[in-house]
Amino acid sequence: MKKGFFTKQHQKLISDPMSDQNPITIQVLGICSALAITTQLQNAFVMTLAVIFVMISASMLISILRNHIPNRIRIIVQLLVVASLVALVDQILKAFLPDASEQLSVFIGLIITNCIIMGRLEAFAMGNKVWESFLDALGNALGYGWILVAVAFFRELLGSGKLMGYEIPGFSYLYEMGYMNNNLMILPPMALIIVGLIIWIQRSRNNELIEEN
Amino acid sequence: MDLVNIFIKGVFIENMIFAYFLGMCSYLAVSKTVTTANGLGLAVIFVLGITVPVNYILENQVLKAGALEWLGQNFIDVDLNVLSLIMFIAVVSAMVQLVEMIIERFSPALYSSLGIFLPLIAVNCSILGGALFMQERQYSTIIEATSFALGSGVGWYLAIVAIAAIREKIRYSNVPAPLRGLGITYIITGLMGIAFMCFMGIKI
Repeated sequence: MKKGFFTKQHQKLISDPMSDQNPITIQVLGICSALAITTQLQNAFVMTLAVIFVMISASMLISILRNHIPNRIRIIVQLLVVASLVALVDQILKAFLPDASEQLSVFIGLIITNCIIMGRLEAFAMGNKVWESFLDALGNALGYGWILVAVAFFRELLGSGKLMGYEIPGFSYLYEMGYMNNNLMILPPMALIIVGLIIWIQRSRNNELIEEN
Repeated sequence: MDLVNIFIKGVFIENMIFAYFLGMCSYLAVSKTVTTANGLGLAVIFVLGITVPVNYILENQVLKAGALEWLGQNFIDVDLNVLSLIMFIAVVSAMVQLVEMIIERFSPALYSSLGIFLPLIAVNCSILGGALFMQERQYSTIIEATSFALGSGVGWYLAIVAIAAIREKIRYSNVPAPLRGLGITYIITGLMGIAFMCFMGIKI
């Protein structure tokens, strides 16, 4: 294999998780903390940034340490690395974004058990060099992030008629014409249904992804 | 009566899956047949019932602001809440390991049915979620915390067994091809979530 700083393989590491290997819609990883916080776009962005930070740092750290971690206790080592990084993020959010921290409540802590992070550490960072692990982590975190942002966009737009907490200019006319916000969108189950629809669209565009049953 | 209330709340109203999406990864991955769903569900009840009380003791005797008072007056200002995430996950993974060894030693039959699921549980969000909700909601006694833990566990069990049963049946129906598997499971879970919302506000 030709060695280079940013070859085709490297490019695939980032682009695959964004589409055909998406952690949420294909690999079934990291759904737990993803859906409950998507009622507002702002929360989705904060969560995505937190996950990108934790994931990249954890992947690089584990990749640096990969030859020194005894196989039997690797899960605990991984958990501790991730937990310390998440504790850091939690404290930073509490200090600088107290409102967002309040709304996300336990879900920042739950990044620790976010299966994307553990899954990619286990499947990729334990066996690959630092640069590749960095790209893989970035790709997966972004793939997770865009689903989160997309779901939050629709839920906030249709559910409360705002985006990022701001009113949308044209909406006042709609309200006069009798348009009403769909309160169902704010409720937790709708997040699942929107992701289901995203999966539907994605799989009907790419038939190879369709499951047997 | 309060205990029953907390328990019922955990099972129906604040169901881990339908209201908070905790433990979704294993919920979606291990719900293809009822038998495996049953095993995983029981393991979750079991582990939640053990780890939440242990974390409760840890939280109230060590981590909380002023909790270290029993060490002497010098420690009354110590607030170790920063460490709670790391401590909780360490307790969870250690307890899971311990429980696995104990079951293997004393009940091989139970081990062979639960065994494969136990390692999975260390990274099941509902376990750490249980600990974090316990911390956030400030239960006043350890019994209340345990009742909450068992309630959430039973709620999780109920959810995974229900979806597994539905998925077994749905094999015979004609789902649009791109929705098969994961897609339809998401949507069914959403609909079940809406159904579960009719329990909201019930007080016993």
